Amino acid sequence: MWDYSEKVMEHYRNPRNVGSIEDADAVGVAGSLTCGDQLKIYLKIKDNIVTDAKFQTFGCGSAVASSSILTEMIIGKSVDEVRKITNKDIADELGGLPPEKMHCSVMGYEALEDALKKYKQEGYVDLDDLTGKNPPEKQEKIICTCFSVTENMIWDAIKQNGLKTVEEVTNYTKAGGACGKCKSVIQDIIDTYYNKEKNEEQKLTPTQWILKVNNIIETQISPELQKDGGDIELVDIKNKTIYVKLRGKCSGCKNSTMTLKNFVETTLKNSLGTEINVIEVS
Amino acid sequence: MSGQNLIYLDNNATTKVDGRVLEKMLPYLKEEYANPSSMYDFSKKSSNAIKESRAIIRDFVNAKDEKEIIFTSCGSESANTAIRGVLNFNKSKKHIITTKVEHPCVLNLYKALEKQGYRVDYIGVNSNGELNLDELEEAVSEDTALVSVMWANNETGVINPIKKVSEIIKTKNPETKLFVDAVQVAGKIPIDVQENGIDLLGISGHKFHAPKGIGALYVNSKTMITPLIIGGHQERGKRAGTENTPYIVAMGEAAKLAQDGLEYELTEVKRLRDKLEKNIINKIYNARLNTGGANRVPNTTNIGFEYIEGELILLHLSDIGICASSGSACTSGSLEPSHVLRAMNVPFTAIHGSIRWSLSRFTTEKEIDYVIEKLPQIIEKVTSISPYQKELQSLKDLRNMKQS
Repeated sequence: MWDYSEKVMEHYRNPRNVGSIEDADAVGVAGSLTCGDQLKIYLKIKDNIVTDAKFQTFGCGSAVASSSILTEMIIGKSVDEVRKITNKDIADELGGLPPEKMHCSVMGYEALEDALKKYKQEGYVDLDDLTGKNPPEKQEKIICTCFSVTENMIWDAIKQNGLKTVEEVTNYTKAGGACGKCKSVIQDIIDTYYNKEKNEEQKLTPTQWILKVNNIIETQISPELQKDGGDIELVDIKNKTIYVKLRGKCSGCKNSTMTLKNFVETTLKNSLGTEINVIEVS
Repeated sequence: MSGQNLIYLDNNATTKVDGRVLEKMLPYLKEEYANPSSMYDFSKKSSNAIKESRAIIRDFVNAKDEKEIIFTSCGSESANTAIRGVLNFNKSKKHIITTKVEHPCVLNLYKALEKQGYRVDYIGVNSNGELNLDELEEAVSEDTALVSVMWANNETGVINPIKKVSEIIKTKNPETKLFVDAVQVAGKIPIDVQENGIDLLGISGHKFHAPKGIGALYVNSKTMITPLIIGGHQERGKRAGTENTPYIVAMGEAAKLAQDGLEYELTEVKRLRDKLEKNIINKIYNARLNTGGANRVPNTTNIGFEYIEGELILLHLSDIGICASSGSACTSGSLEPSHVLRAMNVPFTAIHGSIRWSLSRFTTEKEIDYVIEKLPQIIEKVTSISPYQKELQSLKDLRNMKQS
């Protein structure tokens, strides 16, 4: 039996603001049926104030409680105030959640974020973009395929909750909770966040650095490209700039720029840090 | 919540200790505390009580000889002793076969053995939870040391055809040993190790109204095992440690009562289970029986409620004193729904909302009627929060169409 707080129990027993809003100004969704929980949140916004909020949840007691209290937390608040709400605020408002259930509060935050993303507001600047605390890539790269958890979701959970271990990331986002194949990637994201990788690189000699880059190309990038009939060759390294040659089907392929930026560069950045730049030479 | 308001329908998890069992064991916790291995008269009552219990368990599983019965501390110890015992006795064979739906205590042991170099085949089940016997037959080879198959599954109650399983294995490789985890059938259907060609079989007392902390392992006289716990000469050297006299006595009494009650299980308990099942399926449009027409133990039913999540159902049930259990990820904290329901390919719309109801001889008709009365309201409440209203409406329409 989970050790739920009185407030959690009160909210799953008598959830507030259940239902949908036909003419909602923003609708946000997080989770899915296959993953075992889903939250849909509907917002009515007038003059930059959330005037009404409703939710529908497929999930456990703490998921319902998180959704229910979230609607109470945002009704009457300005959009700017609502944007500042994190999963931690939701969990705190409930008087805490068991560690294994923290992902329910994260789902609340994600559904809210999704709704606000769809609700376009002019002149909004994400302060984290300026301080560089947001993920390196804005693309939605899936890290955990079992639960469809993206790099951004993991990054946000680390940032908002100060997570330090893979187990904590699993509790908060579910990532790594099923087959566990992505656990090493999660560790890399944690390391990148706390800049551990960077310190390690500074200690490397130029030769060690070249070997490390080459190792990633040979073990992680080349095999993938070979599957599509292509390949890659390391040409030169100047500090953080890596020069490569695409071969076989990859060279001259229309998508080679995409391959280079999306796959090659992202893979290298994941292991070596965000300052890596990849340039194709012919 | 406890006491008279409690409706306990989670008897596959554990059972209430029968009052007669408690009475029988109490003297051995109080005045009859002698070590049964001692030489004085004072220990005679203890050692005789153990002898008597061993004979009861022998009859309970229909073993040839009481020497084939080893007392253990639980079902997990029985399984570990059997599996490791067989493998360690003959280390040349490195292949094992089991099923995808075994209890975690067996599956986790096999995961550990895989790391030690054993090759393990996991046999699948169909959508009703019935074992794929062709797959089993194909998997048995010269190198197969052991096959372990549970008699009935703890989550679904589905019974495996053990006699057929034994025949398939022994035809292909007479040397291969068969271990049967019988924890979920003890006290529910008759057990006969000889008739079914079983080499090793494990049971656990607390699943049939004995206390927790006592189990037994049957090892037939032709099967050699290396003991897991090494120390004194107790249990004929197969399991060291001073005999747990009160609990052994308790399990003996519980087995006697279970044997006498088998007829009641097969008729009355089954009648109540069927009543519960039929009413839930008929009254609730998004309910589905997860086991189809599979042969099951009489006390268990596993029902999926589509587009809602199991933990929330259990919490609402618990609020009115009803105990059941769920294979949903949320209840276990494992993030993934039950491996059994996944192996059966239960549709993902229903897998997270699957509830197991398991009755016992203490379950009353009044209790079942109460659940039948209250459950639709709970399901209605949980369903009303679901984001899948459209899908639920189509299910409802479909059900209405079928009924009209």
